[in-house]
Amino acid sequence: MALAIETLTLSHFRSHRAAELSVGPGPVAIHGPNGSGKTNVLEAVSLLSPGRGLRRAGPGEIARRPEGVGWRVGAVVGRHGDRHAIDTRAEPGATRTVRVDDKAVPQVALGRIARIVWLVPAMDRLWTEGAEGRRRFLDRIALSFEPTHAEAALAYEKAMRERNRLLKDGADDPAWYAALERQMARSGAAVQDNRLHAVRRLTEAQAGAVTAFPAAGLSLTGDDPPGEEALAAAFRNGRRTDMYAGRTLAGPHRADLAALWAEKGVEARLASTGEQKALLLSLVLANARALAEDLGTPPILLLDEVAAHLDAGRRAALYAEIEALGAQAWMTGTGAELFEALREGATRVAASEDGGASLLRAA
Amino acid sequence: MTGFGHNSEDEAEGRIEALAEMMARLPGLGPRSARRAVLHMLQRRDLLMTPLADAMHDVAAAARECVQCGNLSTAETCAICREERRANGEICVVEDVASLWAMERAGAFRGRYHVLGGLLSALDNVGPDDLRIPRLRGRIADEGVREVILALPATVDGQTTAHYVADAVEGSATVSTLAQGVPVGGELDYLDDGTIGAALRARRSL
Ligand SMILES: Nc1ncnc2c1ncn2[C@@H]1O[C@H](COP(=O)(O)OP(=O)(O)O)[C@@H](O)[C@H]1O
Ligand SMILES: [Mg+2]
Ligand SMILES: [Zn+2]
Repeated sequence: MALAIETLTLSHFRSHRAAELSVGPGPVAIHGPNGSGKTNVLEAVSLLSPGRGLRRAGPGEIARRPEGVGWRVGAVVGRHGDRHAIDTRAEPGATRTVRVDDKAVPQVALGRIARIVWLVPAMDRLWTEGAEGRRRFLDRIALSFEPTHAEAALAYEKAMRERNRLLKDGADDPAWYAALERQMARSGAAVQDNRLHAVRRLTEAQAGAVTAFPAAGLSLTGDDPPGEEALAAAFRNGRRTDMYAGRTLAGPHRADLAALWAEKGVEARLASTGEQKALLLSLVLANARALAEDLGTPPILLLDEVAAHLDAGRRAALYAEIEALGAQAWMTGTGAELFEALREGATRVAASEDGGASLLRAA
Repeated sequence: MTGFGHNSEDEAEGRIEALAEMMARLPGLGPRSARRAVLHMLQRRDLLMTPLADAMHDVAAAARECVQCGNLSTAETCAICREERRANGEICVVEDVASLWAMERAGAFRGRYHVLGGLLSALDNVGPDDLRIPRLRGRIADEGVREVILALPATVDGQTTAHYVADAVEGSATVSTLAQGVPVGGELDYLDDGTIGAALRARRSL
């Protein structure tokens, strides 16, 4: 059986005061009016993986107002009869903590249990906006393939922030730079490998698939000399120019993901809004197929407002592909009718506003 | 406790309360266990509480960093540095006294230590001059050190410091590092003693 959440409990999480959901292994369709707390549920699920979740919010922002007490997300996550209880929470003014099966673990440990990939409306402009969003999207996919990606990316970021401070301070201690650059080169090369692996697997998974969604030709670009040796040399040789800039100019933090609408030979950023959305969905589905092949289970998918730019035909095709994969895809939409084409087994949830808090009911 | 004015009884009560609150700030103690500890001491005033208070007073006045290695001691040089047998040509570099004590508890290392007193971090404003690195160079020459063993955390700051120290002593001694990074902070207390020994035996050159 595929990786799936069995129960989800929210406490003082944004608009939700106390909510509990039992969900089946297949798709989860949440419908309700604007502001009824649908995206908040998906955000809670996204926090079962390392990082700041699908809104990139700090723990203080998430705490339900006006109470301002700590928040908590609890989940039982199952896969092949292997079950884990995840508990993540933050007390006021504190950072987010994680417990798995009642044992405190670092956040990165979540990557080994819950592989989660998402699409949110803010990503509709992913191909037209800056490289940062595309890197983040790619890193989320890379993490789903390789749980150690989070550690490598964090180590790289931390070492780079240290080096950037030295550059800003105009520090002149070659040994200190060298010690940091060594670690940047090592973790940076791991980040590159994981991203390359992700792109390769996405490409392979698109090639073999029968799908209603357009294939994207992917390539990694940007200012990112490949390999540990090349990175180390770039950092060493770049010290002087980096010092003028006050930051590290080249490296995996400057990588970019380029996509081509394969069939038409058009760059993704030139495609229509709906077509761009279809490309993203195509990549997420390819991610799911590749993981299903590699691990025997697709990831958990969070598809916020997924129906918005899809006509009825594409929508039905999307549901059919998700169901064929057996993925637990959490989807939101304003009306129940958007999910009519889902099969019987889907979990349907109605969200509404009730006396200053969101209310979730099985529908 | 109800009571409005300040009578001596209230004040006495307040001081016991204040003591419990101070104790609760110690690692491993919370408000309840601190109160329990205070009560326990009060019931053994002559046997425990007074000697404990005296000992705390003495140590607070006398404790200092060993001039050689940075360990905590009540003498100018610590017991480890005074022991001739431990001058075996090996120096183990640790971040802080907590790591030194964890290594000693494991009983796996027979040489001397060097406590850096922190880790390099530009973001935290800790530079090479804030750590005992020059002193380490001096000790290698003075004490005939052949091998410097780095027992530092596997974090970015720990490994930056490891590479930096390795670079600083290069050519004067062999440098090796524990097979595993040393755990940090509270994790040290949960570490079973065999783990450090195994990591020490499996050390590799940096
Ligand atoms: N920290 C918070 N405390 C209380 N309510 C919040 C908090 N953060 C967001 N909200 C509320 O949550 C609602 C939005 O929920 P959301 O899940 O985005 O709605 P939708 O159903 O449209 O996806 C808004 O009414 C917003 O005011
Ligand atoms: Mg929403
Ligand atoms: Zn000493």
